[in-house]
Amino acid sequence: MFAPVYLDHNATTPLDSSVREAMLPWFGDRFGNASSRHEYGRAARKAVDEARAQVAAAVNAHPTEVIFTGGGSEANNLFIKGAAALMKPGLVAVSAIEHPCVREPARQLIRSGWRCLEIAVDGGGRIDLAAFDRVLAEKPRLVSIMQANNETGVIQDVAALAKTVKTAGGWMHCDAVQALGKIEVDFRALGVHGLTLSAHKIRGPVGVGALIVDKRIELAPLVAGGGQERNLRSGTENVMAIVGFGAACELIVSYREARSRQIAALQAVLEAGLVGLGACIFSAGAPRLANTSFFAIPGVDGETLVGRLDRAGFAVASGSACSSAHPEPSHTLLAMGVDAALARAAVRVSLGAGSTRQDVDGFLTALGENLASLRTMTAVAV
Amino acid sequence: MLKFPIYLDYSATTPVDPRVAEKMIPYLTELFGNPASRSHSYGWTAEKAVEEAREDVAALVNADPKEIIWTSGATESNNLAIKGAAHFYSGKGKHIITLKTEHKAVLDTVRELERQGFEATYLDVQENGLLDLNVLKAAIRPDTVVVSVMFVNNEVGVVQPIAEIGELCREKGIIFHVDAAQATGKVAIDLSTLKVDLMSFSAHKTYGPKGIGALYVRRKPRVRLEAQMHGGGHERGLRSGTLATHQIVGMGEAFRLARIEMAEENARVLALRDRLLAGLTTIEETFVNGDMDNRVPHNLNISFAYVEGESLIMAIKDIAVSSGSACTSASLEPSYVLRALGRNDELAHSSIRFTIGRFTTVEEVDYTIDLLQRKIGKLRELSPLWDMFKEGIDLDTVQWAAH
Repeated sequence: MFAPVYLDHNATTPLDSSVREAMLPWFGDRFGNASSRHEYGRAARKAVDEARAQVAAAVNAHPTEVIFTGGGSEANNLFIKGAAALMKPGLVAVSAIEHPCVREPARQLIRSGWRCLEIAVDGGGRIDLAAFDRVLAEKPRLVSIMQANNETGVIQDVAALAKTVKTAGGWMHCDAVQALGKIEVDFRALGVHGLTLSAHKIRGPVGVGALIVDKRIELAPLVAGGGQERNLRSGTENVMAIVGFGAACELIVSYREARSRQIAALQAVLEAGLVGLGACIFSAGAPRLANTSFFAIPGVDGETLVGRLDRAGFAVASGSACSSAHPEPSHTLLAMGVDAALARAAVRVSLGAGSTRQDVDGFLTALGENLASLRTMTAVAV
Repeated sequence: MLKFPIYLDYSATTPVDPRVAEKMIPYLTELFGNPASRSHSYGWTAEKAVEEAREDVAALVNADPKEIIWTSGATESNNLAIKGAAHFYSGKGKHIITLKTEHKAVLDTVRELERQGFEATYLDVQENGLLDLNVLKAAIRPDTVVVSVMFVNNEVGVVQPIAEIGELCREKGIIFHVDAAQATGKVAIDLSTLKVDLMSFSAHKTYGPKGIGALYVRRKPRVRLEAQMHGGGHERGLRSGTLATHQIVGMGEAFRLARIEMAEENARVLALRDRLLAGLTTIEETFVNGDMDNRVPHNLNISFAYVEGESLIMAIKDIAVSSGSACTSASLEPSYVLRALGRNDELAHSSIRFTIGRFTTVEEVDYTIDLLQRKIGKLRELSPLWDMFKEGIDLDTVQWAAH
């Protein structure tokens, strides 16, 4: 089978073989419902608890602070709506570059009497501190800022921002879905009230995530009935996926640093090549994830280029997968003040654990060839 | 060779059928794309698999694939259906009707809506566990917007008169939701004739994986919902979040197998259930809970009088059964479902739900019969209440000394 080189790890990652091995027994004899009291149920419960400890260890949290959900989107929804449900309506503020599963729940609160503000970012995609201070002066009850952006890979100083939010009396939430496994994610050090994680971005399975919640705060559940996950998320535990999430977290603990050094070296090669081909790399000067390069070749449509690269055997994206059904340019880039025409040219390459120098070199060659032929076509058309 | 403990708890969860697992594994290996990725073949392959599974799920219940929304399971489906419809139609009224014997996923959702200002009526069921339509008729008010009734009860396995309830609701313009988590593969479901607006499904009760379910949302006449999970706009905006392709593929295959094999499997399971019933009712003072005619073939719920519930569970550790639904079995409360059927606390406590499934054998059933016959006999030998009963004393008239 023809398998294109996969360079879209921010959309989803292939399952690590060790994770798959950990999951497979749950297809067989170990199929119990974790709420059942018999042996089948107790085995499932034990596995869920072990995975909870593994996830907690990966982010320096206590196992009782881990609430398993159906994924990152649900965890973000749970924190924002679950916190707001028990508060008097006030101000919710999220950064202008948040994933839709943070922005949309925040906007939903408007219907129950909340005000919703977006915190501006600068041209490099970092939180604009002056704008942040202006929002903080209005005493937001809830603030959500992602640790690393899914499109540009830009990393925010969440610990410092969280400190300010808490001093102002607000609750701070952080979506760490793209940061986990790539940089250190430390629940204690970040000092946030809630932290969102997802398994499928770290070589774990799709369909499971977690919200790490400070036990001193109270949330209302989004999904009621049955009382699982400390009553914060009812529903029969997805044991196999939870076990896989735990196993994927083990990988982070053991390999993260070595892997990020390798990937950083590949990124340097990739970006030098991109610049050589006339690309402008977004957020080039900002602290960024080592695996993420978001770039544009001025005058070349991103969608067209991505389509051609796919046919050439390289799977990349023109932006986040969740919004790739919509043809609008990246809201992250627009928030950074990038003009719409350049934003439409954007292409994202996101490297992963299996990426090699050969992949990067091959990609650059394919890109160069396609640019040449696109330019010829444009020249003919003119 | 018997393998212990013998699993007779198929209503709590089922093993994944090996054929389902086989279909899922490629999506845990090389076919790992995000179905929302529109720019490369990894994404397209995943999207195609998701749509094929949607067709298989729709086919089991004779619905249009466009009417199927993926969720993380029946609990989420129930939440989305009931809250989503109640909120969307709250301008028309704020009254909800459900049954006292519903699953917690429905009851807790309705209670949450009560806290938000909705009013709810929890209907009694008859002694056989079935809803009396006249009771429902009497409860309907001009401001009733949602009726939620489960297809098959998880504890006693009775099948509610869904077709009749649907007619009534449609006539009154009320949204009708059905929790069918326990029904798929057990009873025939035809949504082209049933007047059901919303129906919740689960994969893991029908030999599919955990963590995946679906909600049927009728298109003609169109039923509207308010989304409960917001984000990237997946599932036509009704349920955001990256789709778990391998789980969806598993649910599709599980439902496809259920459609093909249902008739044959139910006949086999029913024969085993009847064998178990015949064997267990040879024990004196046993009572079957729930109607035997309107009942799924795999469920048997029996109360054993004059034995203490916890001792009974401890005595029959060779078999994996449940003394209530798995979701509430962590608590020592007697089953609220059996209480609603009019069983007293003692009988409710000493009740066992046996649920038979695809992999249950005759040998396992025979072992279970023998085990129960021996253990109940032994427990009753130790029971002063049993002695009193045997001496002909009516225990209900005994004045117990207070301590």
